[in-house]
Amino acid sequence: MKKNNPIIAIVFWSLVSFLTLFPIYWLFVISVKPAVQLFSTPDVILSDPYWGNYAKVWGDRLLRSYMVNSLVISTGNALLCTILGFFACYALSRFKMAGKESLFFWTITNRMAPPAVFLLPLFLLMTQVYAVGDFRLLDTRIGMILVYCTFNLPFAIWTLRPTLDGIPKELDEAAYVDGASSWKVITEIVFPLCRPGLAVTLILTWVFAWNEYLLAATLTNFNARTLTTGLSEYVTTTGTEWGIMATISVFTLIPALIVFGLVQKHIVAGLTFGAVKG
Amino acid sequence: MQSNRLGWILLAPTLAILFFFGVLPFIYVVYVSFHQWNPFAADPHMIFNGADNFRKIVFDAEFLNSVGVTVLFVLFAVISELVVGYILAQAFMKEFPGKAIFRTIHTLPLIMAPIIVGSVWKLMMTPSIGIIPHYLNEWFGITVNIGTSPVAAFTTIIIMDIWHWTPLVTLTLIAALVSLPPDPFEQAQIDGANKRQIFFHITVPMIAPAVVATVFIRLMDALRTVDEVWMLTGGGPGSATRFVGVHIFKEVFPKTNYGYGSTISVIVLYLTIVACWLLYVTMLAPRNKKD
Repeated sequence: MKKNNPIIAIVFWSLVSFLTLFPIYWLFVISVKPAVQLFSTPDVILSDPYWGNYAKVWGDRLLRSYMVNSLVISTGNALLCTILGFFACYALSRFKMAGKESLFFWTITNRMAPPAVFLLPLFLLMTQVYAVGDFRLLDTRIGMILVYCTFNLPFAIWTLRPTLDGIPKELDEAAYVDGASSWKVITEIVFPLCRPGLAVTLILTWVFAWNEYLLAATLTNFNARTLTTGLSEYVTTTGTEWGIMATISVFTLIPALIVFGLVQKHIVAGLTFGAVKG
Repeated sequence: MQSNRLGWILLAPTLAILFFFGVLPFIYVVYVSFHQWNPFAADPHMIFNGADNFRKIVFDAEFLNSVGVTVLFVLFAVISELVVGYILAQAFMKEFPGKAIFRTIHTLPLIMAPIIVGSVWKLMMTPSIGIIPHYLNEWFGITVNIGTSPVAAFTTIIIMDIWHWTPLVTLTLIAALVSLPPDPFEQAQIDGANKRQIFFHITVPMIAPAVVATVFIRLMDALRTVDEVWMLTGGGPGSATRFVGVHIFKEVFPKTNYGYGSTISVIVLYLTIVACWLLYVTMLAPRNKKD
């Protein structure tokens, strides 16, 4: 093994960090420039920031409602997927059901579908089939929460499976011998033991739902529009409002940053799809 | 052992949601794939044309080209991400001041929305306002224009993908390296194995499952990527960055060839599932079953 030279390590990592951070920094720079300055010589150093774009985005009631929609949809979806994923994984890991391994693989195939073509059937189903009286699932928050399950629920199941498999069955069996009900075993014994895995799943599904664009752009038109769809509204045929676009991006990035910061430490084990036993 | 009924009850909500929002749309897409259909035309009727769409695909130069471009993209991007990710993961195995901060910084791109990553790189690369073409021109006299040069556009997308997804590879490999037992390495050193031998005969086989899992995730996502590429290049110039996902998107929206677009989707989905299933069955499943 080579000797640890902290100076080399720090120089190396500063360089890597610079490459990582520069695009994000540049996004910020664009967001604090007035439109007329964009086309002059690009300055790397920020001088005299202009906060007009931020005032404009924050003052836009429509964009604020998009933000609320994004929050409600991603939180609802993350909770739903984590809880249902937990139940599903408990079933897959504890019961000897016929064909359960095929079922397990089948769930992830839902995530592989090229999205563009599935937009239309989803649109038709949500306007014509999933409707009661005047209520249609299209352009509702609950509708988006359910649609996002197609990619987040399989992910939750695949991320949680190793955690559930890692908890010894003897633990459940001992509780059953003591006369506990199934519900009690699942919620009071197994659930608390899965907490780290559940936290990682919750956060990652939240981030995926928060970042989704294509489905939201097609399946909502006013009531449930999300922040990412707000971005594309500033790319118009008459030109792109780069400053506003960058500002909305910054607004989209911040909540994801905060949420992600909460589980930074646990994230390593959660991302490996069970290939690595942490 | 409890009855399996409880198992099915626990699975029921998951299966129901995936059925109503995954399976039903899929059945619809399969049905449409046997028709010629433009839902936005004056006469929006489906015309059944049997297997014509499937026959057409085999000779469709645009589709075959998009498959080629996608394969090239996946190869370049995933291999670079594995190499860079491995170097970074190894570097993270040592102790140095500020390690936690550097790791947090390195993970940041992961949480960015693909559509935002696309717009960030658009902001940096668009010739009139971008900083990178500007300084490349001023310092080195190189003209880079992603709007006209296929090579520049393709390279930019690869670099963007490396920037966005290397952190995932690094994290996966860190997890794998941390869990390696020290004994085989010590034994190999005692036996006088050199670094290269240790790397190829001990490290590589032991981290192989993690590498496969990463390839699995990246393959799955790369085949359906639309947002980033659509935002940055729109699939162009020409068809240089027209990946399969973008190709389907173009077939369905600007060209409104809905029937044919569905056929391509069915084929692509089928190929993705087969590729991922093979990876899963041969590399991941046996390991998971062991314990």
